[in-house]
Amino acid sequence: MPISMDELRQIADLARLRLSDVELEAMHSDLNRVLTHFTHLQELQLAGVEVSAHAVDAQSVWDNDEPSGGLSREQALSSAPSAESGLFLVPTIIE
Amino acid sequence: MRYVTSVGMEVHAELLTKTKMFCRCPNAFGGEVNTRVCPVCLGLPGSLPVINRQAVEHVVRTALALNCQIAMWSVFHRKNYFYPDLPKGYQISQYGETNPIGYHGWIEIPSEDGENKVSIQRVHLEEDTGKLMHLPGGKAGVDFNRAGVPLMEIVTAFPPDIHTPDEAREYLHYLRLTLIHLGASDGKMEQGSFRCEPNISVAPEGSDKLGTKTELKNLGSFKAVSIGIQHEAERMISTIDNGGELHQETRGWDEGRQISYPMRKKEREHDYRYFPDPDLPPMVFDEEYIEGLRAALPELPLQRRKRYIRQLGLSAYDASLLITDDPGWAEYFDEAVSLGGSPKLICNWMNGDFLAMLNEEGLPARESSVSPAHIVDLVALLESNRINGKQAKEIFEQSFKTGEKPSDIVKREGLEQLTDESEIRKAVKEAMNQNPDAVQKYKEGKTNIQGFLIGQVMKKTQGKANPEIVSRVMTEELER
Repeated sequence: MPISMDELRQIADLARLRLSDVELEAMHSDLNRVLTHFTHLQELQLAGVEVSAHAVDAQSVWDNDEPSGGLSREQALSSAPSAESGLFLVPTIIE
Repeated sequence: MRYVTSVGMEVHAELLTKTKMFCRCPNAFGGEVNTRVCPVCLGLPGSLPVINRQAVEHVVRTALALNCQIAMWSVFHRKNYFYPDLPKGYQISQYGETNPIGYHGWIEIPSEDGENKVSIQRVHLEEDTGKLMHLPGGKAGVDFNRAGVPLMEIVTAFPPDIHTPDEAREYLHYLRLTLIHLGASDGKMEQGSFRCEPNISVAPEGSDKLGTKTELKNLGSFKAVSIGIQHEAERMISTIDNGGELHQETRGWDEGRQISYPMRKKEREHDYRYFPDPDLPPMVFDEEYIEGLRAALPELPLQRRKRYIRQLGLSAYDASLLITDDPGWAEYFDEAVSLGGSPKLICNWMNGDFLAMLNEEGLPARESSVSPAHIVDLVALLESNRINGKQAKEIFEQSFKTGEKPSDIVKREGLEQLTDESEIRKAVKEAMNQNPDAVQKYKEGKTNIQGFLIGQVMKKTQGKANPEIVSRVMTEELER
């Protein structure tokens, strides 16, 4: 199920990635190789194989409940397409 | 036709932690917008979530308190949907029948003749969303301070055990108190840290199927919940009776107009594309950890209520005055009772003068100069008839101001109540001799004049005479 050039441009736009035509070409072929790999995976016969939630046999680590790190508001908003009154501006919602 | 209402309840409680669920940004209410954010809770590329130990512990303890099974192997899932307050495009949550940290439990709630059980389907851990805010000019902005705050979801089992608005309210009341007494949540509805969404359906009496359900949102208080459920059930019944059709939908509660209105058609579950979060390996609990937390659970509000009523002989009303949002209040009472003295009198004094004084000063009980021992001391003075009620009030007020023990005040000021009958009789005779008119009126049948004469005796004894003895002796002398 290869991806079309138009779909790729749309995804890049949604992800706010500015890609040149050369980059788009490279990305197009890379992504389609990944997608082809998944079609191979889907052909595998997996009946009777135990379900696993995770690829690696690890268990989660927990962190202590002590504040640390964080960004200043200026840092946080610096990557926002638009901001106002300290808020991330977003399209107004239907509901 | 008669109908039975069924109510399922979904409760979200923000957990009392210092930091968020998957990052170490502070978890707090209010403050400047977007000041408690980081790459993790903003969903920036390359960031990875790390589980908050305290949040997990709160949920395990709550699940144990709600008599749940514990999933010894528990996974986080991604619940995918698009909304501007959800920065990652998915909420980290827990999905499945036996995967949530707690499942298949129950809680008891008081009923007219004892307790009812409400079955719990699951208790799981997830994260809160950001807050969408409206700006002038029709624009909208998001504050992500709340994004990633640990959130616990508690869902009742299906089919529901709750059938009336009162039962719904009782369930929420005891669930909320349980969370507060566990220290898992502050339960503040007005700040959104305790939110409830009932789903309501009606079915003809005797039917083995439930009717079409609607979910009710925007309920800001327990009162609104109970009125909302009542209203919704009535709306459904009248729709059916008038030949109309009900739709599965989400409805909002309009507090001002006291009606519900349609919000949106309910999404189907698979729209969320749940799948295990690859960033978070499973949580694996061991027996020792779980049993350690179980053993350390405090006495829960309903257990406490039963003990107060069945062992200490308090009324349900008195018990409700002691078991409040402040667990320290009930602990204070317990400590006083353990020092001896009538539980009923201790309860009365705590919830009468003491509570009024604390409220006036804005003090918690433990920070006042009155300790449980002070209350017990005062109650003992009353029970042994060494002081009367009026004296007790004055002594208590002094004690509250200075921290002096009531029995020390009595000794120092010579306030001890007069119970010597011969001395009281002497004072009664004096009062009668000095007020022959009053005595005459009494003999003519105006017996309420006795109050005046008793007042004279109290004056003569500086208020120290035991009023019961005065009254008995006075009657004896007048009837002579």
